[in-house]
Amino acid sequence: MAKRRLRIMVAKPGLDGHDRGARVLARCFRDAGYETIYTGCHQTPEEIAAAAIQEDIDCVGLSCMSGAHRYLFPACIEKVKELGGNDIQFIGGGIIPTGDFQLLYDAGIKGIFTPGTTLPDIITWVEENIIPNIRD
Amino acid sequence: MYFAKEVLDSSSELRQRWEDEVKKMVAKWADQKEEWSTVSSLPIKRLYTPDDIKDMEFERDISYPGQYPFTRGNQVTGYRGKYWTFRMFSGFGSAKDTNERWHMLLNAGQTGLSTAFDFPTLMGYDTDDPHARGECGKCGVAIDTLEDFMVLVDGIPMDKITTSMTINPPATILWAMYCAAAELKGVPLTKIGGTIQNDMLKEFIAQKTLMCPPEPSVKLISDTIEFGTNYVPRWNTVSISGYHIREAGSTAVQELAFTLRDGMEYVEDVIKRKGLHVDAFAPRLSFFFNSHIDFFEEICKMRAARRIWAKAMRERYDSKDERSWWMRFHTQTAGCSLTAQQPYNNVVRTATEALAAVLGGTQSLHTNSLDEVWCLPTDHAVEIALRTQQIIAEETGAASTIDPLAGSYFVEALTNEMEEQAWEYIEKIDDMGGMTAAIDRGFPQMELADAAYKYQNQIDSKEKIMVGVNKYVTEDTQDIPLLDIDDALEKAQVNRINEIKRKRDDKAVKRSLDDIKNACKTGDNVMPYCIEAVKNLCTVQEICDVYREVYGVFRDPAMY
Repeated sequence: MAKRRLRIMVAKPGLDGHDRGARVLARCFRDAGYETIYTGCHQTPEEIAAAAIQEDIDCVGLSCMSGAHRYLFPACIEKVKELGGNDIQFIGGGIIPTGDFQLLYDAGIKGIFTPGTTLPDIITWVEENIIPNIRD
Repeated sequence: MYFAKEVLDSSSELRQRWEDEVKKMVAKWADQKEEWSTVSSLPIKRLYTPDDIKDMEFERDISYPGQYPFTRGNQVTGYRGKYWTFRMFSGFGSAKDTNERWHMLLNAGQTGLSTAFDFPTLMGYDTDDPHARGECGKCGVAIDTLEDFMVLVDGIPMDKITTSMTINPPATILWAMYCAAAELKGVPLTKIGGTIQNDMLKEFIAQKTLMCPPEPSVKLISDTIEFGTNYVPRWNTVSISGYHIREAGSTAVQELAFTLRDGMEYVEDVIKRKGLHVDAFAPRLSFFFNSHIDFFEEICKMRAARRIWAKAMRERYDSKDERSWWMRFHTQTAGCSLTAQQPYNNVVRTATEALAAVLGGTQSLHTNSLDEVWCLPTDHAVEIALRTQQIIAEETGAASTIDPLAGSYFVEALTNEMEEQAWEYIEKIDDMGGMTAAIDRGFPQMELADAAYKYQNQIDSKEKIMVGVNKYVTEDTQDIPLLDIDDALEKAQVNRINEIKRKRDDKAVKRSLDDIKNACKTGDNVMPYCIEAVKNLCTVQEICDVYREVYGVFRDPAMY
């Protein structure tokens, strides 16, 4: 069991400006007691990776509603790894057809949360799947 | 409303009897829930009676269609003269893909066009820019140059059909392309009709297609209003929007108030910056509202909107031309009310939302497809959405009479209440120094963030229900066909840009971009230079980069 607070970053890669879900989730993480950073819209994979390393993030949540997740999510993960962030875990969400899930899992996304998911369910999932794996 | 005193007295006896019966009934058989409110959490009473509207005066507050304060609508003959425009927002993939979908929709009975651009285009990037990787054609049509645009409008009679374009920071450029395309097809600018969304204030509040800071963004909008006033008289140069504000999580009253206050901000800017009289341009301002799932709240919102705008124009801006007092609007049914679960249910939601928009008196309507939550619409899904409008128009009787719900104690009371609450917001924003100042402070953005979070909590706690999501849930997934945009399109589009850059006249390109830069620096109207530039095959990004260079880049401040 982790002894310290989870450091989680909600990020919006690419040009998509649909940020309602990301903002609601950021608030939810904050209320759950996590150290939360929200990047705002229009972040490049490079910017997300730099921020994740700089802020010593445990988990990055990627949000995309524009259909560009197939390129963007793997690109973000790759950039983070290039900067040495091999311990950083990834979750994703947005408008993502189930047919694309495997591609994202293969790239390193651990959990995908699409419309209809409740906030309590996400917190429970994070507690069970992300927090046990964070480094001390 | 005048009700004879005897009527009110006797009804107060009968009312007391009813209230006593209610108390007895509720003691035996409790209400299903304690609070009954709209989807925006606006409380609704169990019953409305003449008492709720006794202070109204028919001619002052409701009146006739086409007469101040326009509660009953702008058009004297209502929908009998002409149904609202069936205008389906569409675009995906390449210009050719979208052109095909447009012809399909026109053949299916659509009466106006509406353009969805992809994110690179919306954000002022070309397909070959690193920012655009992975985004080409995914949520709208990819347009980089006038050549793409000519393919988009191929076979479209630009003198006969009106076209709306959802485009904000690069609105000057895409409108320039439309104007250039018309000229090349021999249609004079005096004959083309349509709308550019071109409403940057709501971008800062909600939609977030961002490029330059607020002040120069408003300047570019004033340029388009001035250009339209002088040269393109049938064009609506702004579609002052509440749709996105609502989709981002606002309540109905916030949508109403922020949208109309945005409109007032533009009016004030054009008067100040361009020295135009309000009546020179106000008749061509248009609006765009959401039609969400709470049926009556939406109808009342639209009626209140007409009344608020009419009052603002006549009293705040001293407008004398009645056409300036009309609040003409397009409506889109609410994307955020639709569900990924049990997607066929969305046909029903869209139908009731569309009906609300019609009973609210919309001039133009887009109905969402059942697969909206998953992807862009398939041919079949979009056909059902279009047929929804046509069934409402031809079969339900909703269009037979004007403003059919007027006089309902409930509808008039709720319209009044929403108007009152909206004015409170408007005055609050006035006190902050206007909408640009309010945005600087983060006021509308945080109101939205609070409302969105509250609503999600209401869903999670089942205080508010979404059928199929938190009630009547099934384990089966209903698989529906989904539209997939080919990733290979991006490469083809990049090749197109390279080919165009090879063949075009570089000197003319440079000259055009320099002209635009000068206009930006001196405060001249950029539109004539944009039209020239797009004819010389300047790309969307090349022109936007000029704006970025002169005006600076604005980045989302990440408020939550």
